[in-house]
Amino acid sequence: MKMAEKDNHPITTRMTEHASERRTTTEIAPAAEIEPKTTPAAEIEPKTTTAPERYELDDGPAYRFSMNRRRFMKVFGGGIAVVCATGGAAVLARSDGLLDAAAESAATDEIGAWLHIGEDGAVTVYTGKVEVGQNIRTSLAQAVAEELRVPIDSIEMVMGDTDLTPYDRGTFGSRTTPEMSPQLRKAAAAAREMLLDLAADEWETERAGLVLADGEVSDRSGARTLTFGELTRGQKLVQTIPADVPLTPAGAWKVAGTSASKVHGRAFVTGEHQYASDLALPDMLIGKVLRPPAYGATLRSLDTTAAEAMPGVVVVQDGEFVGVAAPDAPTAARAIEAIRAQWRTTPQPSHDELYDYLKANTSDEQGWGGRSADAEGDIDQGLAAAQTTLAERYTVAYIAHAPMEPRAALVEWKDGKLTAWTGTQRPFGVREELAETFSIPEDQVRVIMPDTGSAYGGKHTGEAAIEAARLASAARKPVKLVWTREEEFKWAYFRPAGVIEINSGIDAEGKITGWAFDNYNSGGSGIHTPYDVPNQRIAFHPAASPLRQGSYRALASTANHFARETHMDELAHAASMDPLAFRLTNLRDDRMHAVLEAAASAFGWDETEPESGHGFGIAAGTEKGGYVATCAEVAVDPGNGIVRVIRVVEAFECGAIINPNHLKSQVEGSVVQGLGGALFETIEFADGEISNPSFAQYRVPRFSDTPSIEVVLVNRKDLPSAGAGEAPIIGIAPAIGNAIFDATGVRLRSLPMAPNGIQT
Amino acid sequence: MALLEMIVNGRTHEIDADPERELLYVLRDAIGLTGSKYGCGEGQCGACSVLVDGKHRFSCVTPVGEVAGKEVTTVEGLEQNGRLHPLQQAFLEEDAFQCGYCTPGMLMSALALLRTNANPSTDEIVSSMENNICRCGTYPRIVAAIQRAARTQAEG
Repeated sequence: MKMAEKDNHPITTRMTEHASERRTTTEIAPAAEIEPKTTPAAEIEPKTTTAPERYELDDGPAYRFSMNRRRFMKVFGGGIAVVCATGGAAVLARSDGLLDAAAESAATDEIGAWLHIGEDGAVTVYTGKVEVGQNIRTSLAQAVAEELRVPIDSIEMVMGDTDLTPYDRGTFGSRTTPEMSPQLRKAAAAAREMLLDLAADEWETERAGLVLADGEVSDRSGARTLTFGELTRGQKLVQTIPADVPLTPAGAWKVAGTSASKVHGRAFVTGEHQYASDLALPDMLIGKVLRPPAYGATLRSLDTTAAEAMPGVVVVQDGEFVGVAAPDAPTAARAIEAIRAQWRTTPQPSHDELYDYLKANTSDEQGWGGRSADAEGDIDQGLAAAQTTLAERYTVAYIAHAPMEPRAALVEWKDGKLTAWTGTQRPFGVREELAETFSIPEDQVRVIMPDTGSAYGGKHTGEAAIEAARLASAARKPVKLVWTREEEFKWAYFRPAGVIEINSGIDAEGKITGWAFDNYNSGGSGIHTPYDVPNQRIAFHPAASPLRQGSYRALASTANHFARETHMDELAHAASMDPLAFRLTNLRDDRMHAVLEAAASAFGWDETEPESGHGFGIAAGTEKGGYVATCAEVAVDPGNGIVRVIRVVEAFECGAIINPNHLKSQVEGSVVQGLGGALFETIEFADGEISNPSFAQYRVPRFSDTPSIEVVLVNRKDLPSAGAGEAPIIGIAPAIGNAIFDATGVRLRSLPMAPNGIQT
Repeated sequence: MALLEMIVNGRTHEIDADPERELLYVLRDAIGLTGSKYGCGEGQCGACSVLVDGKHRFSCVTPVGEVAGKEVTTVEGLEQNGRLHPLQQAFLEEDAFQCGYCTPGMLMSALALLRTNANPSTDEIVSSMENNICRCGTYPRIVAAIQRAARTQAEG
């Protein structure tokens, strides 16, 4: 074999012995070359916020990766592998061989993914990203299939398994498409070039005459072919991505860019697909936790005698943690009921006083990237120069993600190692939480993420896994723990509530002269105006949140867009201008201009008038590299004030589209989910207790709430693809609110706007 | 505890269970059919939907004692001899899911609807499916899938 493995031998050197002239000169590139930092998209983004976005409730220590090449090949077998390395890891690779060096120096999160082609020709992609319903298993497979020239179903995606996949911070922030997808495209393209080299070597011919398609390489005459398996058999090659690996441009895509169906879709309609809550192990027990009556409650007394007397029941008390493990769920529930506990509770703010409380309790301690303030021009002069000024306050309530599958984990301790199967957006983050909780090294913890029953930013944490692991360590048996719907409502975390104050002014031509924007507690995402404003002051004020809060689809961008786009509508009316014309007057951003025009045109904004009792509203914005414009038509019942959203047209642009049908689905889903927060979703609470913790009490959008939705996708094949799971949600609330104003003359400035209809 | 007999997807099962135990947990834990999902435990979300003697039931609030001697159909019973049910096929063709967790319940509720109304209007679908929640918001696709399945069945 020409390319036998030589351990402890630098990979790059090994490659130079055999590879073509072109490849020998292409050393592993530093990050900047692999991933150009300046893209057309970045150039026209609004001003960068000084408050970095936070997606986790807790920041953990930096991760340390270790997997050397010997172990890599032991785990993955022979064949060829391409490692997506960035930054320092690539530098190390030059001197010592990438994986060995990474193991020694722990240059960790610089490996993003890897792709392996086994000796049987099987293509397996390993990524720490996870599938929560956003269909990245499909879109990433499409990207790889495109570059490897193979069918999508010939690719196996291994996702979110901390023992098998490289470290990943988590699946959030719409980062999969702009970051992971290009890495995997490059890895697949690099593998394609390796296969061509192997075939050229085998046939002792020029690569230029070879064709790679449908899982094999052939010469142009078609006389000779070698399958991927025949080419990779006996190989033990590991390579990083050359800097100049040729990528297929979006304009030439044949697999990417098409509406491929959901990978493994059949298993979802047969009931075969297993979520974390569906898994089982022999001898496993069912875990359940005794919940306190309110946030911050502490135990005054505890009597577990009756529970402990139940056959097969294990009771654990460890500080404030009290839980049981039992042979089945009914027994576990009875055991919890049999525990006598007295709690000490403390008075806490209620939802009635929430917004004043948040304003009065700003804090540098609380997270979300901390306080931020940006200014441009002179706000005082800007407001003084205005012909008309407007000062208004907007509020947003806490809302729940309410994923259909609550938090769930199956946990096993075996030979000192802890394995947790759990539904989370951050498998590596949960591994860190488990290691810290039990004071064990991270390499003794494995977290596996089966696809979870959705998340929307709500599953960044590992509560169920930690609880199950504590019970399993006491019971010495595997434990499965699935939160109830009530637990999910009460003890998960919420989208932050917030108060937003805007003080603005416009001149006689309807140009904005000054814009002061203060956000209390809800967050800094989407806080900067995309409009052209010479004088502005924009600030985020973290506050002491009475409830546990965290990430939610698009973070605070929904709140900030609600306030901004409602205020824009108010200014348009103050200026006696059409709301669309007012926005375009104040806009220089071409991409936002394009989606506004696209949505308005499909909606018939200029050509049609709402019928009596109906109203039209428009809103636009940009988030996570995506541009969105939403038009809504609402009907308000003159009798009871109930608001119905009749139809929505949403235009969305996120660069080159990878899967039009799945993108359309994300936009539709965002409109439906956003409609809930816009009109009726709200968490009610007092003294640290949630008072509407069920689907009977906490209303989510249902079939009858769903408007007719038309999605207009603007495909910019000339721009890099941005993620799309979040941005499409930001426009719907202000579009609905502005339409309600159009219908009734009533201006609503608080989310949810009409939980019980509106008073006209 | 009592010995109960019931037919699940055409197979007879003898279950030793508390008759008050909800059918959902018997299906999932005792019989090992995990297609029916827990979503709320109070018949508010429809993820647990099954048919009992052809009629829609929320298995999370149905005591197993009530289905003794009856025929239960779960999502696992839809596929026949390797052929997907027209509803399953239609959900695939319309990509009528994102995370897919609500899908089994959606399919069973839709099946109950099509059994009593072979050609439902959009309004009839909406009111009939109102107790099934999809948090991913794929409702328009589910409506389209049910209409597609109705057409397929009409064509025979």
